[in-house]
Amino acid sequence: MADPEIKSYEPVHDNISAAVTESRSARALLMTIAFVFLGIFLLLPLIIVFKEAFAKGVGAYFTSLNDRDTLSAIRLTLTVAIIAVPLNIVFGIAAAWAIAKFEFKGKAFLTTLIDLPFSVSPVISGLVYVLLFGAQAMLGPWLKSHGIEILFAVPGIVLATVFVTFPFVARELIPLMQEQGIGDEEAALSLGANGWQVFWYVTLPNIKWGLLYGVLLCNARAMGEFGAVSVVSGHIRGMTNTMPLHVEILYNEYNAVGAFAVASLLAGLALVTLILKTVLEMRYGAELAATRGH
Amino acid sequence: MEVRVANVRKEFDRFPALRDVSLDIRSGELIALLGPSGSGKTTLLRLIAGLERPTAGKIFFGDEDASSKTIQERNVGFVFQHYALFRHMTVADNIGFGLKVRPGATRPSKEEIRSRASELLNLVQLSGLEKRYPAQLSGGQRQRVALARAMAIEPKVLLLDEPFGALDAQVRRELRRWLREIHDTTGHTTVFVTHDQEEALELADRVVVMSQGQIEQIGTADEVYDTPNSPFVFGFIGESSSLPVRITDGQVWIADRPIGLSAPNHPPGDALLYFRPHDIELLDGCSGCIAGTVVASRRVAGTRRVELEIGGERQRVEIELPVDHIATQKSRIAFRPSRWKLFPVKGAEN
Repeated sequence: MADPEIKSYEPVHDNISAAVTESRSARALLMTIAFVFLGIFLLLPLIIVFKEAFAKGVGAYFTSLNDRDTLSAIRLTLTVAIIAVPLNIVFGIAAAWAIAKFEFKGKAFLTTLIDLPFSVSPVISGLVYVLLFGAQAMLGPWLKSHGIEILFAVPGIVLATVFVTFPFVARELIPLMQEQGIGDEEAALSLGANGWQVFWYVTLPNIKWGLLYGVLLCNARAMGEFGAVSVVSGHIRGMTNTMPLHVEILYNEYNAVGAFAVASLLAGLALVTLILKTVLEMRYGAELAATRGH
Repeated sequence: MEVRVANVRKEFDRFPALRDVSLDIRSGELIALLGPSGSGKTTLLRLIAGLERPTAGKIFFGDEDASSKTIQERNVGFVFQHYALFRHMTVADNIGFGLKVRPGATRPSKEEIRSRASELLNLVQLSGLEKRYPAQLSGGQRQRVALARAMAIEPKVLLLDEPFGALDAQVRRELRRWLREIHDTTGHTTVFVTHDQEEALELADRVVVMSQGQIEQIGTADEVYDTPNSPFVFGFIGESSSLPVRITDGQVWIADRPIGLSAPNHPPGDALLYFRPHDIELLDGCSGCIAGTVVASRRVAGTRRVELEIGGERQRVEIELPVDHIATQKSRIAFRPSRWKLFPVKGAEN
């Protein structure tokens, strides 16, 4: 007799209690708003990118990608990412390790500094480098006299990219490492492992999924950064144009197919990143739960 | 391996966690560090391990000064409270870790490491679980793996931090007996931290009772239970009741009456009388006794605990009676402690 009654009190699935669940119509309305909004602002532009890129057919698409300047832009973007992402992996792990596992003065300050690129407009980030390395600045002429070009050259673009992307890896790892604490490391030390062995056998495997996640986000941003890079690059075609900058130039020259073809590569990168991110979240959800999403 | 802790002091941000602690641990001994939380027992364990550095004082392993040695150099087996098993490694890899990270010359071959891991798994009665991951084990099994991992490096000293803290009562009792057996077989000098007096008294050769960063008493289970040397130890180990009393002419007085206990060697003045609930004799008439009104009575396993209110101050004490004793029916009970101890009143303790 009591059974059916108990059944009716069974918890609602997905941890949503009956008390906070809206009526069917309210739920439908909220979901519709969310989907329509995402459709207009995210999905539609994405479709248009590919539609415009293939507007004159597949042949025109590949021809425009095979342009010398376009290939150079792709190469530069890859070069920048190949330099910036590993730098940020090293920096991110070092910073996260320091913040999560040690107590020291200035820890709060360091945490705030890591967030700086998120709170500063990328254009400002770029301008800082212009002020630092420009012709009128203190470091620029000195470096130039030693044959080192920073501004309007690849080093400047790499610097600006590193600056803009450095929070991604650190931000993923700090909460994860804080949650894991230092118990495993202490255990490894007590078993005789040296610092490098502790990192390689214990710490790194513990953070690998969070690290991969951070690297994905970092890479996507490194390849897609426009503002900061635009300020320091000088827009020299075939020399200092990255893919996002090249898209703008092509578009301003009314070369819609060319612009959207390059844009489609960037969009494709975003999609791959998203898919990998989703797969990671599905497979290693519990481990990633400790990290914050972006 | 003997371990000697000599006048060790440890401060965290100027807060003293240990104040001048000295302790001699004999080779092959099983020692319990017992105390409430914040007593410094875990700090002392971590200092012996080398996970912390003493602010002052020295720690010797045998005749060797180990104070300046790193944890790797000390070669201690440490079992962490939450085991700290490496979650991405199998049980066998966990146990073999300490051997795998040895420098080339002293590192055993892969086969040797594997067979050593199996041997140790056998010792901790988990044969056949080599391929499991820590997440696939029960709490008790994880504890055993953690112990096997610590023993794999053939440590000079085995240190265990609250080894049974995270387990349920049944498993605790089982593992306790088992740890004693392992200790007797392997003969490691072993130190474990616990806040559970039953565990400490049952398992350890000697118990180190700690409070507020100091060692209160070191002794066998019998010694710390039967002859506690401070009110803290009396109160912390076993059940106890205390009453404020006064000593006059070598007699113990409560308020204006002597209670029939003589303390010829105790200096006159205020004192605290400590006794165990079961160390009492009931009296019929009261010429020199403690008499109180029954305020509560509880059945505890094979006995009955009776709570009494004594005198005008309404001090409460507990005594233990046989379940069917006639006195449990009464509303007023007179008794006298048969074993008891007086401690002088210090300002803070009253």
